[in-house]
Amino acid sequence: MKTEYKIIVDLIEEKTRVLDVGCDDGTLMESLKKNKNVDARGIEISKDKVQICVSKGLTVIEGNAELDLKQFPNDSFDYVVLGQTLQAFINPEIVIKELLRVGKKAIITIPNFGHWKVRLNLLIKGTMPITESLPNDWYNTPNIHMCTIKDFVKFSKIINFKIFKSLALTNKNISNINNSNLFYKNLFAELGIFLIEK
Amino acid sequence: MKTKENIKTLVIKKPLKLDCGKTINNFPLAYETYGSLNKSKDNAILVFHALTGDQFVTGINPVTKKDGWWSYAVGPNKSIDTNKYFVICANVIGGCMGSFGPSHKNPDTNKIYGTDFPVITINDMVNAQVNLLDHFEIKKLFSVVGGSMGGMQVLQFISNYPDKASTVVPIACTSSHSAQNIAFNELGRQAIASDHNWSDGKYLSNNTLPDKGLSVARMAAHITYLSKKGLQEKFGRKLQERDALKFGFDADFQIESYLRYQGSVFVDRFDANSYLYITRAMDYFDLVKQFDGNLSNAFKKTKAKFFVISFTSDWLYPTQENKDIVIALNAIGADVGFVEIKSDKGHDSFLLDVPDFLKTLKNFLDKSYLER
Repeated sequence: MKTEYKIIVDLIEEKTRVLDVGCDDGTLMESLKKNKNVDARGIEISKDKVQICVSKGLTVIEGNAELDLKQFPNDSFDYVVLGQTLQAFINPEIVIKELLRVGKKAIITIPNFGHWKVRLNLLIKGTMPITESLPNDWYNTPNIHMCTIKDFVKFSKIINFKIFKSLALTNKNISNINNSNLFYKNLFAELGIFLIEK
Repeated sequence: MKTKENIKTLVIKKPLKLDCGKTINNFPLAYETYGSLNKSKDNAILVFHALTGDQFVTGINPVTKKDGWWSYAVGPNKSIDTNKYFVICANVIGGCMGSFGPSHKNPDTNKIYGTDFPVITINDMVNAQVNLLDHFEIKKLFSVVGGSMGGMQVLQFISNYPDKASTVVPIACTSSHSAQNIAFNELGRQAIASDHNWSDGKYLSNNTLPDKGLSVARMAAHITYLSKKGLQEKFGRKLQERDALKFGFDADFQIESYLRYQGSVFVDRFDANSYLYITRAMDYFDLVKQFDGNLSNAFKKTKAKFFVISFTSDWLYPTQENKDIVIALNAIGADVGFVEIKSDKGHDSFLLDVPDFLKTLKNFLDKSYLER
C-alpha cells in the first residue's frame, strides 16, 4: 500500500465514521476497515472503480464530490478524506467548506507543485512540468488548480480553516511541517498531508 | 388464458386490510421457489416482479413454456445464485398467474370479479407477500431484490418491515410515480378500455378477450422500456421482408413488425384487467407522500444495507429518480451504495444480458452474504 495511505490510516482514530471522497478502487477504505475498524463510505466518479469497490464489499456511491457531498447532513462523518484530488475541482474553496461541513475533520493530501523537480522542470525546459506524480500534459491533465504546500497553508488563512497536523512525504519519509521548515518542505516534499478542522 | 398447472399456492387466511378500505381473506397467493433454504434460514431472497412478470423467475416458465423473466440474473452460479440462496417470488395480488386477481370468481356473487375487484396498491402487494415469510418460518430475509415495479415493492417492503431483510436492492425504480409514468400507464389502460371486447371488464363472462386493446397497451409500454439509441441500432429504418416501401399501412418497417409481435405474444399470457389493476397500483405508488414529503422517514427504522442500481439509458425510471432514494438514505446515514450501469438497452437493461449489471449485483450480494 502507498505510504500516503499508511499515513492516513495512522491519522484516523478507531471505530470512527469515515467518508473517502474519490475513493478510487477502495484500497484505503479496505485498510481503514481492517486496521481501524472504521465504518467507511466512499464516493467515486468512475463507474468501473465503483464496481471494483462493490466487489470488495465496500459501500460506495457513484458520484461527484462537487455535486454529491450536499446530500450528507452536517457532521455526519468523523473524518472526510480527499486524496490528491483537490487540485482537480473547479472550486476547491467550496469543496473544502463542504468537506468540513460533512465531516468533523478532513484529511487532504496534495501533490506539491513547489517540489524542486517541478520548479526545475519549468525553469530549464520552459514547458509545463511533467513528473512521476504529475504525469499529464497541460492540455489533458485533470489538475486545473495545482498548488504548493505553501499555497495550501496560506489558503487555510484566507478561507479560515485550522490545520491540526501537516506532514510532508519525501521518498517514503514522513516529516512534520512547521512554520520554520516550511520553505524547505515546500521545496523537497512530494506530497503534503493535512489534517484540518473548521 | 392458458390453464394454470404447476402453480404453487398459499392460501392466506389472515385478513388483509387493503388501502382502498376493503378487507380480503382466504385469498390465494401463487409463488415459486428456487434453491434451498439452509438450516439457519438466513439465505432467503424475496424477489419482486415487475408489471408483467410473475413468480416464474428463472428456468422454463411452466405456463408460457418460455424462459423465466429473470433467467439472466437468477440461477445456479448467476447473480442471484440459487446454489447459495433460497429464492422466493410471488405473483402480485391483482396479477394473473394464480394470485388473487380480477379474473377470479367473487365467492359472494359467484361471478368473475372483473372491475369489481378491489383496487390494490404496492403496499397491499407486499403486505400479502410478507405472509410467505411465516409460511417458510423465515425470521429475516437475506435480501429483497426487484427492478421497476419490483423495486417499488422492495422500497415499500423495507419501509413496512424494517427488520425483515438484511440487504435491500431496488433496481431501475422510483419512490414516486411521475406524471410521465402515469401518462404512459393511462395510455395503456385507455387502449384496453377502448377495445369493444373489453365490455367494461366483463369479457371473461362474455367469452371475449380485448386482445387488440391489450396488445396496443403492450406495444406502447414496450417502447418505454427501450432506448432511442437501442431501437435505432437494432432496427433503424430497416424494412420487414420487403425491398421497398409498399405505400400502405402494413408493417413496412421491422420496428413495426417487432412491436406487433410483442403485442400479440403478450395477450396469450396476460390478463387485460390485471394490466389495469397493476398499472393503477404503480400510479398510486408515492412513498414520499406516505411519509409526509420526507422519503428518509420511510427508511429511518431499518438497519439494512442498501444497494441502488440505475441504468444510463433508462428514461422511464431515470438515474436521478434512483439517486433520490440514495440521497434520502444518505440524509439519515444509512448504509447505501449506488452505481449507474452503462447500457444502451433502456429500462429493460435489468432484465437483459448486461454483464456489468449482473456482475455488480452478484458481487454485492455475495460479499454482503459473507459479511452478514
